[in-house]
Amino acid sequence: MSDHLILRIVGKFLIPYILLFGLYVQFHGDFGPGGGFQAGVIFASAFVIHTLLFGLESAERIAPQWVLKIVAASGVLIYALVGVAAMLMGGNYLDYDFLAADPIAGQHIGIILVEFGVGLTVASVMMLLFFTFAGRGEAS
Amino acid sequence: MDLLQWLSAILLLSGCALGVIGGIGINRFPDFYTRMHAAGVTDTLCAGLFFGGLMIHFGLTLASAKLFLIFLFMLFTCPTSTHALAKAARHSGLVPWTKTSGVEQGASK
Repeated sequence: MSDHLILRIVGKFLIPYILLFGLYVQFHGDFGPGGGFQAGVIFASAFVIHTLLFGLESAERIAPQWVLKIVAASGVLIYALVGVAAMLMGGNYLDYDFLAADPIAGQHIGIILVEFGVGLTVASVMMLLFFTFAGRGEAS
Repeated sequence: MDLLQWLSAILLLSGCALGVIGGIGINRFPDFYTRMHAAGVTDTLCAGLFFGGLMIHFGLTLASAKLFLIFLFMLFTCPTSTHALAKAARHSGLVPWTKTSGVEQGASK
């Protein structure tokens, strides 16, 4: 792995922009094409490139598996809590209209929070899957 | 059509021609390295001409700026992926085809 100079330099150059594009797709999701699922996969692909170029140990130092597991679970929790919050504020489960005084503002807040949860879960689960397969044969 | 439209059309058509030439190269060349040469060399310029033509077509707008960013991305990633493929093939011991080595690797003839 030590002699892949071109791949490493191009990878180092591209990874920040891939992360940025992932965030763009995440938070532009309610104005244009995008959303949590796509953004999560794009975000995770940056970490996959990092793992391919710099090794599993380096990637696990940046994103340890126990952190990823917590993030994956908390994404689902955010999704569920938005639904419960809508119920507490007088609507049905995941009824975004009740999240703010103005129904349209409520829709905005609701969809952004829910997509944020989806993005967190998808990104961390993709990374966990890749790390699990990449680490097979080394751990045992 | 005014001059810019013609220019854009010429760029798009030459991009198309390069893409077709690359495709013919992938089908006709004898082994992995020569095929990758055909695809890898034409790919970047093909995408570049395409984005150039589209940027001229759209003028100075946000769409052009986005196209330019995609063009930059392609400019860096296309040659790099070709490099990675060639390196992987060489590492796994694939011997380049020569006229004397004779055997063609799955060429469609």
